[in-house]
Amino acid sequence: MIPPAFDYHAPRSIDEAVKLLGSLGPEAKLLAGGHSLLPMMKLRFADPRHLIDLAKIPALRGIAQVGDEIRIGAMTTENDLLRSALLADKLPLLVEGTSWIADPQVRYKGTIGGDISHGDPGNDHPALMLALEASFVLKGPKGERVVKADGYFLGLYSTLLEPEEILTQIRVPIPAPGTGWSYQKLKRKTGDFATAATAVTMQMHGANVARVHIALTNAGSTPLKARAAEAYLVGKPINDANLNEASRLAMSICDPTPDQRGDADYKQAMCGEMTRRALQAAHSRAAKP
Amino acid sequence: MANMHKVSFKLNGKGVEVAVEPRELLIHTLRERLAHTGPHIGCETSHCGACTVDVDGMSVKSCTVLTVQCDGSEMLTVEGLEQGGVLHALQQAFHEEHGLQCGYCTPGMLTRAYRLLQENPNPTEQEIRYGIAGNLCRCTGYQNIVKAVQSAARKLATAPAVPA
Repeated sequence: MIPPAFDYHAPRSIDEAVKLLGSLGPEAKLLAGGHSLLPMMKLRFADPRHLIDLAKIPALRGIAQVGDEIRIGAMTTENDLLRSALLADKLPLLVEGTSWIADPQVRYKGTIGGDISHGDPGNDHPALMLALEASFVLKGPKGERVVKADGYFLGLYSTLLEPEEILTQIRVPIPAPGTGWSYQKLKRKTGDFATAATAVTMQMHGANVARVHIALTNAGSTPLKARAAEAYLVGKPINDANLNEASRLAMSICDPTPDQRGDADYKQAMCGEMTRRALQAAHSRAAKP
Repeated sequence: MANMHKVSFKLNGKGVEVAVEPRELLIHTLRERLAHTGPHIGCETSHCGACTVDVDGMSVKSCTVLTVQCDGSEMLTVEGLEQGGVLHALQQAFHEEHGLQCGYCTPGMLTRAYRLLQENPNPTEQEIRYGIAGNLCRCTGYQNIVKAVQSAARKLATAPAVPA
């Protein structure tokens, strides 16, 4: 299978890429790792006339701490994330989630920015970004804007990213010391998308939950923030009854698409189970001051 | 033909230059233009790993990489593992441990295992299984592949360093 014909462009700077995207218009697509786009082109689900390869722009790659946040270039690969000592120390949830993505070869090419921008609810970074309260830097012809992950995902393959904009950077506030975390993902085999997955960050105050974020992968047309489940848990201890209720509340917002991974009821039930496990694991990792 | 791009890279240590359409996939350039048929076309959908080659220190599935993306790269295929008629320790170990049956996945397994051992010279069984999870084998059940990688790792650890 060979993709349909297109012109290839490899800009050397972000400004050059933004200009190209503006001048080539809606027939152009950005090429990041290519492991979603190229398969879609082979299958003729996508047929861009131009590909703008972002791989030759060094400014789009790298992981750094700036003040109390971590900044990650959009073209930073999954493999870079997995090997980052800084992330292992400051954002272990991101490393744990990334370790479940695809397979080694795909992680060498796949990028965090591509995973986020694609708008596929089966991708794992969107829910991780919601649980980590991340923001995204979008650059277009009129300049730069910073938008929150919460609200960025609009629908299937649809995000706040405008056609003439490029996602350049991911900004993640470093969670308070003692924050617990977990990403629990059920998948049929290596390389598959999640049947259901849940990302959690949790801060405790003594025996009770002080703050919690719960985000669901592949449970609807976008990643979902389980707000009712979060609100329910705040001020309560983690015990079986409360886990049951939080999982039930998370399941209640699921609207999964039936496919070869299971029917809607099964996927919804697995979403509840992944939520329960992620909450338990995050709780066991959280400090109890 | 219009819209051809000249692409140069090093293939198993030798400089090569090809003129390709942007849509040409690396696997086709390697097999059809450069007569390197070690990398196999299995699934063509980036699942099976039979087309795995090493590009700039990364294991990649050459069915999902455009040749134009590889300008200036250093590439290693299974053809480049053997040196001076002597099999690489991984190839020898796959032979000795019976790490293949039909052999279709083997070039991908070998190039992937090569990069894995470069990054982690002494992997645990679990690390090997996680590290080769992007390569499917329908014959062996993986057991002997894992053994072969372990055996090669031991051999490489005790062998004197080969000058690059």
